[in-house]
This record gives sequence, C-alpha cells and structure tokens, in this order.
Amino acid sequence: MKILVCISKAPDTTSRIAFTEGDTKFDENGVQFIVNPYDEWYALVRGLELKEAAGGSVTTVTVGGADNDPVIRKALAIGADSAVRIEADPSDAFDVANQIADYAKDQGFDLILTGKETINYNSGVMGALIAEMLDLPYVALATKLDMQGNTATITREVSGGSEVVEVSTPLVLSASKGMAEQRIPNMRGIMAARSKPLEVVQGVASVGHTTITSYALPPAKGDVTLVDPENVQELVNLLHTEAKVI
Amino acid sequence: MSILVYAETKDGKGTKSAFEAVSYAKKTSESFGGDVVAVTVGAINGDAGLGNYGASKVLNAAVESADGSQIAKIIEAAMSQTGATLLIASNDEKGKAVAPRAAVRLKAGFVAGVSGLPSVDAGFIVKKGVFSGKATATVKVEGDKKVVSIVPNSFGVHPVGGEAVVEQISVDAGMSRVIVKESNPTSMDGSIPLPEADLVVSAGRGMKGPENWGMIEELARELGAATACSRPVSDIGWRPHHEHVGQTGIAIRPTLYIAIGISGAIQHLAGVNSSKVIVVINKDPEAPFFKAADYGIIGDAFDVVPKLIEAVKAFKAN
Repeated sequence: MKILVCISKAPDTTSRIAFTEGDTKFDENGVQFIVNPYDEWYALVRGLELKEAAGGSVTTVTVGGADNDPVIRKALAIGADSAVRIEADPSDAFDVANQIADYAKDQGFDLILTGKETINYNSGVMGALIAEMLDLPYVALATKLDMQGNTATITREVSGGSEVVEVSTPLVLSASKGMAEQRIPNMRGIMAARSKPLEVVQGVASVGHTTITSYALPPAKGDVTLVDPENVQELVNLLHTEAKVI
Repeated sequence: MSILVYAETKDGKGTKSAFEAVSYAKKTSESFGGDVVAVTVGAINGDAGLGNYGASKVLNAAVESADGSQIAKIIEAAMSQTGATLLIASNDEKGKAVAPRAAVRLKAGFVAGVSGLPSVDAGFIVKKGVFSGKATATVKVEGDKKVVSIVPNSFGVHPVGGEAVVEQISVDAGMSRVIVKESNPTSMDGSIPLPEADLVVSAGRGMKGPENWGMIEELARELGAATACSRPVSDIGWRPHHEHVGQTGIAIRPTLYIAIGISGAIQHLAGVNSSKVIVVINKDPEAPFFKAADYGIIGDAFDVVPKLIEAVKAFKAN
C-alpha cells in the first residue's frame, strides 16, 4: 500500500503569538516550529501502523521553502520512508492543495492522509480540496481507519455522534483524535532520518484567490469578577441579570 | 443575482447550522445584494424550515445519502442555474467535506472558518480565527466566484418569518463513494451535542476521578448544558475523546462556558476563548484560567458545585 501523508509546519502549541510589519506577518522570532500535531500524531502514525501491518511505503509531502526541512526530518525520524518538499510560496490553502494534487496525480497513492486541521490556520479543508482536485472520495474527521484489501472502514465524527463508512481506495481522509497514539522518535530513527530521501520538486503556478491582509490579537479581557464561594447564588444572579446568558 | 447557501438537512428539516448559514446569507444580502437561495440534498418537508430564516427559494435535489463529491456537483449546478457568485456554507462536520469541494469545482476564492459578516465596500473582505483562537486574520477574497464557510455558533440563528418556494433541481451527480454502514449518535439520551451547545459545563483533573462526574452531569442537566472536559481527562480515559475541548480537541463558542477544576493552560484556552461568558471554579487562586474568565469562584469544586446546583434549581423554580 502506497501512502502519502501531508505534513505542515506549525508553531509549537505554547508559542506566544505576535505579528510584525504592521500586523501583516506572523512574528517567527523565538518561535519553536513543530510538525502540525494532527498531521504527526494521527495521520502519520496511522499511516506507519498500516504500512507495518500490510507492507508498502509512507511518503510525506510538504509545500514550502527549505525552512520546512527540520520538521520534515522529524517526520522521517518518526518513521516515514521518504519525503517530498514542493518548492513554492503558497498564497492560501487552495494553492497548497493544488500543489499537492499536482504532485500526487500520477503517483498512484492508495491513501492520502492529512491532519484534521493545522493549528495555525485552522481551516480543516486540505483533504477535501485535494480530493476534489484528484476526483477521489474523501472522509473528514476520521477517528479510526482499518484496511481490508482495497476497502477502508472508517469511523468519522458527525454532528451529534459518529458514523462508520466504507470507501474503496484510492481515497483521501483527514485524521482526528483517536486515530493513533503519538510516537516519540528514538535515536535510531533520528539517525536514520538524516540519510532518508528528501526530494525537492518545483511547484506549479499559484492558483490562490485569497490574501491575508492583516492579523489582530483578540481584545484584552477585562478583570474577572470574583464571587464568594459561600454565596454561589450571587453567581447565578450575575449570569442572569448582568451577563444575560441564563 | 442570488446568494446560494448549502443547507444541510436531517429528517427533512434544516439543521441548526443550516439555519445559521441562511441567517448569515440573509444579513449579507443587505450589503451584497440579491436574494437568498438554499440548496438542499435529499427529501425535505415543505421548505425544510429555511424560509423562516430568510431563504426565498429552496432548490432541492432528490439524491439520498449523497457524499461530498455528489453534493459539490449539485451546488455547482445550482450556482449556474441561479447565476449566484457567492456560496455560503457552515464550517461544521458536513460543511468541511462539502464547501472545499464546491470551491474547487467553481474555481472560487475560498475562506473556511469565517466569523462575522463580510465587508463589501472595498473588495470582499472577511475575518477568520487563526492560531487556534489566539488571533484573527483579515482576508481579501478575489475571483469571480466566492465560497465562505462560517464557524458554527458564531452568527446565531435569526428567524425573520416567511416561507420559501421549493423547486426541484435535477443533477447527474454520479454514485456515492462513501457508504454509511453504521450511525452512532453520542446523545442517545437526548443530551445536547457539544459543538452546537449554547451552554457548556466542563471539568478537568481537579475532579480527581471519573466517579466524581455525577455532579458535573447534574449541573449540566439543570442548566440544559452539554458536558466537556480538558485534554488530560480524555487522555487518561475518564471522559470520551469527543468531549475534549482545546487546541487539539474541538473548539467551541458557547454563550456560557463553566470550567471546573481546569487550570487553563494556553492549549485549553485556545478551544474555548471565543465563548461569550466564561466562569471559572478553581481552588487555586493562581490558576491562569482566572485571567481569561468573566466570573470566578475560588473554592473547592466538591464544595462549590453542589451549592451551584442548588442555586440553579432555586433560580429555575422562580
């Protein structure tokens, strides 16, 4: 089975978020970058488990410049066989998907896995965009994936519960919590990652139609109103008369 | 010119997210112009309740159990039939599988997870949350066609009264490639699904063990709230994964979020800081969550929560 896992670079979850150049650029100063958690913990690890069970290969794909290489090496250290970086400066998610779809279209991948969203742009649309561009079936927010031949049995989150669906490969899915457990790369993996292939391919022309013109931090929160634990009734009154939420 | 809305239906009626998307489109039409046409897939009752939120017309495609690929084809046909240049959908579970596919087919400028109405004075400009709720981005959308999916619960449902004309639309959408074998609602007991809940009672490690969740559930029941939890609690299996809110769980934006025995790590706050009102109950006065809270009680959950349940019961009785 030939598996492609889409890997994105994201600021560490504890990063302080700030902007520069008149609030038009994310301030990378002092920010530690990681593999986007959903891509790593769920999509990549489940891909590796399936390969270990049934054979095949796991390739990662990332769109962007050489500043992505450290996180790509991390994915290789966790166990991916090879990596592809598409050299491009994508304008938006649509553009990223187009780059990946253009690369993947004649590679014969059985499974294309993404995390359910990135923790920096939070759109959660990469998998569906790629699926439509390649005319493949797509399952969003998958929490379980089992393969039997070319049939995938997938549990997905839906409003108010979950569903079990069957889809034939090739397919695209986005992985959510529950799909797999995080793997910490060991020293052997880290050493091996240095010599694994990281192929750089040239991207195609941009097709994005959207531009982020500025960023803003949320307005500062006012001070908390403390309520005496001996007078809990007061909290209910405040929620009703002041906050008007109950 | 029309604004098209993809409206998800369940048992023949629009979902809350669908009503919200139609409300959003109705409000957007005041500046953008045009009327609101909803497209639905599968059998509906009457106008699926969508006219009440401002849809003047419903285009219904009689395709049952359609997958995202089929729905995208139906939307494409509806866009072409109505001449619409703007598509609005909810960015809920279904919308995430449908809106991007429609955007690809329409070669549209696409922004997912928008909150707030678009500004149309100088180009088409929307705002969306980024960095997991720690910031917002202003996004300019170009392209002849535009697709915007809105964050569930960010706009609300706003009934305006009225009934929509229903027309059938016939589209060769092909076969479904995603076959549903089993459906497992988490809320068999009629409790409220977390992503749609207006009120949420959430608890963390401060509860000491899963056996102590009775009071959390009782408080939620009395308030008509959904229950949620912090990441450690779902990781150690005290509560199911689908209750985990935070940066790596689900992001919610209820009107009231009550956090009990949760310290308020930055990753947790990312999933809840769009809540309208936050109440924190924690015995540690240094808990970082108090800085993000509107109301706080410094006290032991095992002492405060039972009193709060009594206070809510007394409030309801009046």
